[in-house]
Amino acid sequence: MLELDRVSRDFTTPDGRTYRALDGISLAVEAGAFVAIVGPSGCGKSTLLNIAAGLLSPTSGAVRVQGTPLAGINRHATYMFQQDALLPWKTARDNVALGLTLAGAARADAHARADDWLARVGLAAFAAHYPSQLSGGMRKRAIMAQNWMLDRPIVLMDEPFSALDVHTRQQMESELLALWEGDGQRSDARDQRKTVLFVTHDLEEAIALADDVVVLSAGPSAHIVGRHAVALGRPRDLLELRTQPAFVELYRAIWAVLRDEVMKSQRAAGGVR
Amino acid sequence: MTIDDGRSRSKVLAAQALLGAAVLVLWQALVSLHVLDPFFVSRPSDIAARIVRWIVTGSLWGHLAVTLEGSLIGLLAGAALGIGLGFALARAPFLARVFDPYIKMLNAVPRVVLAPLFLLWFGLGIWSKVALAVTLVFFVMFFNTYQGVRDADRVLIDNVRMLGATERQLIRHVLVPSALTWIFSSLQTSLGFAMVGAVVGEYLGATRGLGYVISQAEGTFDTTGVFAGMTVLAAVVVIVSAAVTRLERWLLRWKL
Repeated sequence: MLELDRVSRDFTTPDGRTYRALDGISLAVEAGAFVAIVGPSGCGKSTLLNIAAGLLSPTSGAVRVQGTPLAGINRHATYMFQQDALLPWKTARDNVALGLTLAGAARADAHARADDWLARVGLAAFAAHYPSQLSGGMRKRAIMAQNWMLDRPIVLMDEPFSALDVHTRQQMESELLALWEGDGQRSDARDQRKTVLFVTHDLEEAIALADDVVVLSAGPSAHIVGRHAVALGRPRDLLELRTQPAFVELYRAIWAVLRDEVMKSQRAAGGVR
Repeated sequence: MTIDDGRSRSKVLAAQALLGAAVLVLWQALVSLHVLDPFFVSRPSDIAARIVRWIVTGSLWGHLAVTLEGSLIGLLAGAALGIGLGFALARAPFLARVFDPYIKMLNAVPRVVLAPLFLLWFGLGIWSKVALAVTLVFFVMFFNTYQGVRDADRVLIDNVRMLGATERQLIRHVLVPSALTWIFSSLQTSLGFAMVGAVVGEYLGATRGLGYVISQAEGTFDTTGVFAGMTVLAAVVVIVSAAVTRLERWLLRWKL
């Protein structure tokens, strides 16, 4: 479904030198899979996602979507950003409807669909509110509705819940899984589900949500240091999951790899003199 | 928002009224006690009487209308040019760099020296005043629009592009609204500048308008007329800018 083939990406630093953020990343995500990417902060996770989204082009290597090389914006994907991406000057309803509005849908139709989705994410009473009048969790729900309503096969997520408090965050994770697993239940086939590429620095979150956890090395020249299958059944109860032996075992195994990279990145950042 | 705010706001209003009244009373008293010479500073009661007379005889309205018309046309034209070019250059970094020194140079020209030229080019009528107002309004609008567009949140732009926006939709749904904050905050300044442009134009050469009234009064050492003209001008600016504030609050109602 989504394939990165030896993708590298360079940036020019202000003093004119070349900084290699990503180095030879090859990653295949099958249709309907939920893949999480973990790595120390500053390792280029967001760059990777921006390349998959088509917002950035790789310096070398290629991105293929359903076998076709990606050129420009990835029209098969939605992208949920770490920061607030709702337009502050539009109401929740207009924001959720935006994708359809841009595609030229009639206002009434777009609003009706948006209202359905607002109800689905529990925001029916807040349709006429502006983002500044919503809580952090509500804004995430609205953005989720905005993305999911477009029903595109690929969903890219860049630490979408990292700014939320712990409890809201767990709730949002559950709601995300319900939404994603719900897509599959309709026909009981995994390929009805969306393909998710989820970036996070939180290993617990990665294991709890994903089918596969990919570990990225510390930057510069970040590369993939491991890919771990998460053999936990679905649907998952996130409240119970974290204390199960299988979960703890996986956490320990992946953390052993990730810990080295985190320490490297801390040394590089000058944390240890 | 809170009760405390409301109370302190009425307190501020009361203090403001008191301060204004105190200054006027002091002014009046100093003139009456012959400390100040009314020939140079007039006196509040005379100024008020003059304004009332203007209003009663109706001679004020014609001049006021001319000044407002010149200011308004200047404001609209200057805003249209400034916002248009601001947008265009914000979207074309190469052109922005080419134009940059010239725009700064033009902006550095003191407008008063342009007034005689404009009188020569556009005559004693309204258009020389409009031209002067435009040269003042344009730059304020231009710089604010340019900044507003350049300042638009990267994430909002990326998100809307991912949702499928074309370049035009991007401008309409993200860049214009985000520039509006800047444009509206500069509208207050621009409005003041537009009136300055019109009045200075009238002052230097016209047959009607508040600037003309003031200049005529000065020509006959009529300080009461000068102060009365200034008072009317100030009152008009305060009223119009209050209206702009309300418009701004409505347009930017999504901001809390």
